[in-house]
Amino acid sequence: MTSPSPTSSSSSRLGALLMAPVNALMRLIDVPLRGLQKSTGIGGMAAFFLAPNMLIFGIFVLLPLVINFVYSMTGGTAFFLAERNFVGGEQYARLFTCQNYLDPMSCQEDAFWTAVGNTFWFVILQVALMILTALITALILNRDLAARSFWRAVFFFPVLLSPVVVGLIWKWILQRQGLLNFILFQFGDTEPYTWLTDRTWTFAATIGVSIWAHMGFYALILLAGLQAIPKDLYEAAEMDGTKPARVFWRITLPLLAPNLLVVVVLALIRAVQIFDEVYVLTGGGPGTSTLYLTQYIYETGFASALRNPGLAAAASILMGSVLVVLTLIQLGIGRKNENKGKR
Amino acid sequence: MKVKSILAGTALALLTSTAAFAGDVRIMWYSDGVEGEVMKDLVGRFMKENPGINVILDNVAYSVIKEQLPVQLEAGNGPDIARVTAIKDLSRHWLDLRPLVKDAKYWDDNFGAQADWMRPDGSNQISGFMTQITLTGGYANKTLFEQAGVEIPGPKATWDDWATAARKVKESQQIPFAMAIDRSGHRITAPMLSYGANYIGKDGKPAPLDKGAKDFLTKFVNWVGDGSFSKDVWVSAAGSTYRAAADDFINGQLAFYYSGSWQVANLATKIGNNFDWVAVGSPCGSAACTGMPGGAALVAVKYTKNPKEVAVVMDWFAQEKIVKEFSERTLFLPGHKGVVDKGGLDFKTDNAQAKAALTKFVEATKTTSETALKLPGWRWSDTVYAAVVTRIGQTLAGELKLDDAFQRIDADIAQKVKDAGQ
Repeated sequence: MTSPSPTSSSSSRLGALLMAPVNALMRLIDVPLRGLQKSTGIGGMAAFFLAPNMLIFGIFVLLPLVINFVYSMTGGTAFFLAERNFVGGEQYARLFTCQNYLDPMSCQEDAFWTAVGNTFWFVILQVALMILTALITALILNRDLAARSFWRAVFFFPVLLSPVVVGLIWKWILQRQGLLNFILFQFGDTEPYTWLTDRTWTFAATIGVSIWAHMGFYALILLAGLQAIPKDLYEAAEMDGTKPARVFWRITLPLLAPNLLVVVVLALIRAVQIFDEVYVLTGGGPGTSTLYLTQYIYETGFASALRNPGLAAAASILMGSVLVVLTLIQLGIGRKNENKGKR
Repeated sequence: MKVKSILAGTALALLTSTAAFAGDVRIMWYSDGVEGEVMKDLVGRFMKENPGINVILDNVAYSVIKEQLPVQLEAGNGPDIARVTAIKDLSRHWLDLRPLVKDAKYWDDNFGAQADWMRPDGSNQISGFMTQITLTGGYANKTLFEQAGVEIPGPKATWDDWATAARKVKESQQIPFAMAIDRSGHRITAPMLSYGANYIGKDGKPAPLDKGAKDFLTKFVNWVGDGSFSKDVWVSAAGSTYRAAADDFINGQLAFYYSGSWQVANLATKIGNNFDWVAVGSPCGSAACTGMPGGAALVAVKYTKNPKEVAVVMDWFAQEKIVKEFSERTLFLPGHKGVVDKGGLDFKTDNAQAKAALTKFVEATKTTSETALKLPGWRWSDTVYAAVVTRIGQTLAGELKLDDAFQRIDADIAQKVKDAGQ
């Protein structure tokens, strides 16, 4: 047994000195807390400790949600609730007045249904492509590459950029006199292509740009999952002469499933909420081809001279409902997986 | 003792900062050209002359004025003073300066002509003054016309004449577009009025789109379709978002650009000696050759905590000598009767093209139609502008047929009128 060195004993004295005020404070708090526990029981103590969080949640999440719902039941152009008239479900009825939901132009609020359709296709395509690229990137970055840390930083870098910066960078690249047309011109294409005024290209651009901007984040989550898979499983498969594709389907993918689920849910929610970089890149145009739900809500509530806060609130309640459903699905699948694991 | 000193110091600092806050006047300002710099200089001079009032000049983008300021005002917030263009639509938020200014008669005499543009209907309130009077009008790239051997159409030329001439220039000079017009309801209203449009119904509310409006919009959509007009500016956003085509003109990509007098300083500064350009007024339609008047006003906001200080600031900036200096340095047409009547404005530019352009815009005011003069003070102007831009933008992007767009414009406006009445 060795005696403690003079350095370690002096550092422990310093630690005790630093902790003295904390300990004194704890002793001070201990007395009323013991009293409280005696009178309320263990359950009461839990409520006591949860109260500050619940208060913050109530003020900053629940209350705005309720106020938003109340707004959706009012009409007029005024912003103050007191100056608005109760119109019941009129705003919701207006949103749902439609001859054919698949043809937005047959709806009273055609822009809303256009935004719903655009958002639906955006979510389907963007999430699928995002997960695919993030998975491929994570698989590559998990290999023994030269300068692996550098490549990981390269793929993660766009995540650090502000969405406005992302939008502007790609606007400069894709506009008529932008970098892409300049490069194409060098290869002999004389007519500049109008990437941002063509409906199909612009829609594709919003998907591509959002994948570029966020893929690094999801790749990082998947990379963490890949690194957590025990190496001996791969060694055993190698010894058995299992083909790489079979290893991927039978070992990598099943063990990566929890991470993939997180990525799918996060990517879905983020995709439904898409706004900032697209707003800067295309402004929702050409026409309304890249008008997504959040921009519709923003324009309807705040930006347009035809603004209607009640209608915007109703649309945001509907969008919030979709997000709640997505979250519940995530929780359900998560619990199912957890139960499977326990069995 | 130390603790006492720190507390005393903190209290003093708090008191000082509170005192400074009490005298603060915050101005929300946007710039089209060089006026931000001029304003900054004038604010500095004001504060030297009035050391008790601290003016904070917030230079913001025009989109902030257009999109964010109305929301702030509706919420009872906002700056103390703002430079705005939607002066009638937001007039319920302006402070009545009549009991606060030094000489209300001076304000009535010199700014009375446009006072209705910025006050609620039926009131005699003094809300502020026009920092400039503007008129929409066209600019031609003289160098491109000369190189193409095409004569610049004369003062009575129609929109069709301009389209024909500009197309010839486009083909000869291999430029992307012949013409462009800003993505703005205000801008496109001028040619619509020239073709006989009348937005105002008998009851003072918006009338359905008439033949004049439809005639020009049909021409416009066809011109965009055949490549005469730039499509980029109009389809580059959804909704009623504003987009200017000035950069395309500055880069020599257009033969003709329809915007307004506020662009003179911007074009003079950015084009420099790259090419020659001229202001050509507003082309004619079947009913008139009108531009759309308008402008920006400096208005006081009624939610200010410092109305007296605000009035002092407004009085200072409304002085004849200050308005004159501001106009001369910014190359803006003044909205002050005394300055206009006395004449002798010496616009501070060596650019002969800019001086000629300003003269042209002053001339063009003579052909402004009666309806055009009414619209800046009409409550529903912005509603009509927004509906037209939104739906015509969709038509140009291939989402709507023109007839459907006309129906949607009428429906959007009717809905807004209904919403406002709720």
